Amino acid sequence: MDISFVCLLKPRRICDRIGGMIYFNNVSKVYNKDSVALENVTLTITAGEFVSIVGHSGAGKTTLVKMILADDRPSEGTVFFESVNVHRLRSKDLTKLRRRIGTVFQDFKLLPTKTAYENIAFAMEAVGKTSREIASDVPHVLDLVDLGNRMHHFPHQMSGGEQQRLAIARAIINQPELIIADEPTGNLDPINTYEVIQILKKINDLGTTVILATHNRGVIDSLGKRVITMEKGKIIRDDKSGKYVI
Amino acid sequence: MTGLRRIVKSGFVNFKRNGIVSWAAVLVVTITLFVITAIILLQAVLYSSLDQIKQKVDVTIYFNVGASEDKILALKSSLEKLPEVAQISYVSSEKALQTFRERHAKDYPTIQALDEIGENPLGGYLNVKAKEVSQYETIANFLKSDNALALGSASIIDKINYHQNKLVIDRLNTLIAGAQRLGFIVTLILIIISIIITFNTIRLTIFISKEEIGVMRLVGASKTQVRGPFVVEGAIYGIIATAITLALFWPITVWLGNNMTNFLGMNMYDYYLSNFFQILAIVLSSGMILGMFSSFLAIRRYLNK
Repeated sequence: MDISFVCLLKPRRICDRIGGMIYFNNVSKVYNKDSVALENVTLTITAGEFVSIVGHSGAGKTTLVKMILADDRPSEGTVFFESVNVHRLRSKDLTKLRRRIGTVFQDFKLLPTKTAYENIAFAMEAVGKTSREIASDVPHVLDLVDLGNRMHHFPHQMSGGEQQRLAIARAIINQPELIIADEPTGNLDPINTYEVIQILKKINDLGTTVILATHNRGVIDSLGKRVITMEKGKIIRDDKSGKYVI
Repeated sequence: MTGLRRIVKSGFVNFKRNGIVSWAAVLVVTITLFVITAIILLQAVLYSSLDQIKQKVDVTIYFNVGASEDKILALKSSLEKLPEVAQISYVSSEKALQTFRERHAKDYPTIQALDEIGENPLGGYLNVKAKEVSQYETIANFLKSDNALALGSASIIDKINYHQNKLVIDRLNTLIAGAQRLGFIVTLILIIISIIITFNTIRLTIFISKEEIGVMRLVGASKTQVRGPFVVEGAIYGIIATAITLALFWPITVWLGNNMTNFLGMNMYDYYLSNFFQILAIVLSSGMILGMFSSFLAIRRYLNK
C-alpha cells in the first residue's frame, strides 16, 4: 500500500503547552466494587510524541484512551487536553475537541450504512468542509489508500485490512492534532499490521501526536518509542526508550 | 443551507438503506394514523346521529279552536326574536285538519266521525325548534312569562307539550353530553396508546443505530448533524404513512357510502370527499409530528452520552 497519502497532512509546528498536550491527574475509574479499570493514573503526553500503551487485555488501555475522548468519565481525578478539563466541556466544545482528534479502533468503527466515500465525507462534513472540497479530496485519499475501486462499497463488503485503511483515512482527513489508535492491528494480518504501523509512524514524523494502545509486542519492538506499561489499571512502567514489561 | 441540505439528503438515504426497519416504522405509524382517521370519521357519524336526534325534538304549542290568527302570528313573531329559537313553523287549523285526514285516510270510522262533527275540531299549532336541546326550558319559561302573556297568549294556548316531554328531553340532553364526553375520552385514550406504540417502534429503530450514533459523535459530528437525519426519517415515515392511510380509506368509505348510509345516517364517501383536504391536513401533520417528535426524543439518550 502506498502510504504517501499521509503527505496530505501538513507538518506541524510543535508547540508544547505547559502541562503537556494531555495530562492525567490521578485518574481512577471504578465500574463497581470488583472492577477497577484505572487506578491513580498520572501521566503527561507532549505534543508530537508517539506513545504506545501496552498491557494485557483488561489492563486499562482502552479505558485510558476513552478518557481522553471524554467517552467515559473518571471516578476520580481529572483529564486535561491542552490545559482544559475535557469532562467539564460543554457539549458544543466537546464536539470541537473531538474534531481535533482522529481515532482508529480495533473494530474499525466505520458507519455501516455509508459507503467508503460517505464515511470519509461524513468526517469532512462534520467540520464544515464544502461539497467541492469533499468531492475533490475524498476520491484522492481513497486512491492513496488503495480503495479507489471501493468508493461505493459498504464496510461489510470490504476485508479487515481495507476497513482499517478506510478508518485511518477517515482519522487523518481533517488534519487532527492527535491520533488515538486503540488496537488498530488487532484484526489484521502481519502485512496489514506492518503497513498500519508505518502509516502511524509517518503521521507522527509530520508532527501529529500519536497514542497507540496495543498488546502486540512485535509492534512495540518495531517502534522504539515511549512505552507506558499498564497492569490491572495501574501504570507500572513509563519508558521513553521503548522498554516495557508484559 | 448546505448543512440542512446534507441532513435532509442523509435522511432520505438512510430511510432507503434501512430497508425493512424503515418500512416497519412506516407500518406502525400507518396504524396510528388509521386509528386517528377512523376516529375522525366516527366522530362525524356520532355528531350526525346526534344532530338527527336533536332535529326530532321540538316543542309544540297547541292553540284553542278558533284562536285568532293575528294573535298566533304575533306570538310566533316574538318567539322568533328569542336567541334560543332556531326555527318556528306555523300550521293553521285548516292545514292541521287536512294533515289529519291524510294521516287517517284508511281509518274510516275516524273519518266518518270527523264528517259527522261537520266543523274543524282542530286548532292550529306552532312547532318550535331550539338551537340546543338544553334551551327548550328557556322557551317554555318565556311562554309562561309576562312578555308572552301580554300578547294575550294565555287565552289562545290550549297546551304546550314540553312539560309532557320534559323528562325525555332532559334525558336526551344528558345522553348527548355524555356521548360527546365519552367520545372525547375514548379518542384520547386510543390516540395516546397509538402514540406510545409508535414511539417505542421508532425508539427501536434508533436503538439499532446506537453504535453508529456513537461513532458519529466520536468523529466530531454535532448533535444537529447526528440527530437531523433521524428526524428527517421520522418525517418521511409520517408522509408515507399518511399516503397509505388515505389510500386505504378511499375504498373503505366508498363501500360504506354504498352499503351503510342508512345505518350510519350519512354518506361516508361524500363526507370523506368533501372534507378530504381537512382530513389530509390533520393526518399529515399528525404523522409528521409523531414521526419527527418520536425520533427527536428517542435519539436524545444516545446523544447525551
